[in-house]
Amino acid sequence: MSAPALNAPKTARSGGRTNYEMWSWVFMRVSGIVLVFLVLGHLLIMNILDGGVQRINFAFVAGRWSSPFWQVWDLLQLWLAMIHGANGLRTIINDYSERDQTRFWLKAALLTATVFTIALGTLVIFTFDPNIS
Amino acid sequence: MPKASVGTLYRGHEGMWTWVAHRITGVAVFFFLLVHVLDTALVRVSPSAYDAVIATYKTPIVNLMEVGLVGAVLFHALNGIRIILVDFWSKGTRLQRQMTWTIVAIWLVLMVPGAYFMLIHTVENLFGSTS
Repeated sequence: MSAPALNAPKTARSGGRTNYEMWSWVFMRVSGIVLVFLVLGHLLIMNILDGGVQRINFAFVAGRWSSPFWQVWDLLQLWLAMIHGANGLRTIINDYSERDQTRFWLKAALLTATVFTIALGTLVIFTFDPNIS
Repeated sequence: MPKASVGTLYRGHEGMWTWVAHRITGVAVFFFLLVHVLDTALVRVSPSAYDAVIATYKTPIVNLMEVGLVGAVLFHALNGIRIILVDFWSKGTRLQRQMTWTIVAIWLVLMVPGAYFMLIHTVENLFGSTS
């Protein structure tokens, strides 16, 4: 008794698209775990400890970004959170927008906002000047 | 015996509602993140521009929204961990319902003191304090 033979797939997988959705799935989980530490740590320090938001001002930011540790923390947090969030919104757009045109324009807007925000945030972290007037 | 629901273990139960809440909190946090990078970018404009915008974060209404934001992020984080456990832990699917109520409990335990420390300043300002 042998297992029944299966027909060959009717359409061959198109080359080039190597498991994009699988890597997106993996990325959500890996970045999610890293973000649990980065973002909850960020919220604990910024919003809860030692007076929270009430004590935040320019001097406070200058003090934190004088340390490479917090610069790297914020940079990593920015990139991971933006890509994780944009990928989540991409899934939601795919789920709810039915017309090809709508889907295209929503994703175009999402990509624009994401690239702009990552670029702006990165620029700000790298060019921060504590002595700006 | 529970009444036979209309042929589904998922619809209307914990799994569906955590899925709904995961989407809503995810979208809300993403849009806040866009705004948050913009407000922080004001440190490249001038200290006074940054301080002026941050001052709005210290007002009572925005202070309440801050608690909502932290609550949304915390739920999204805890539920994300639950999803990963369902995916990768051998007992994850069997215990998914217990894990749902566990993250709800952890959320409450962390949010009660969290909300206290976030709101104490506003409460003291609004209702007066001798200290």
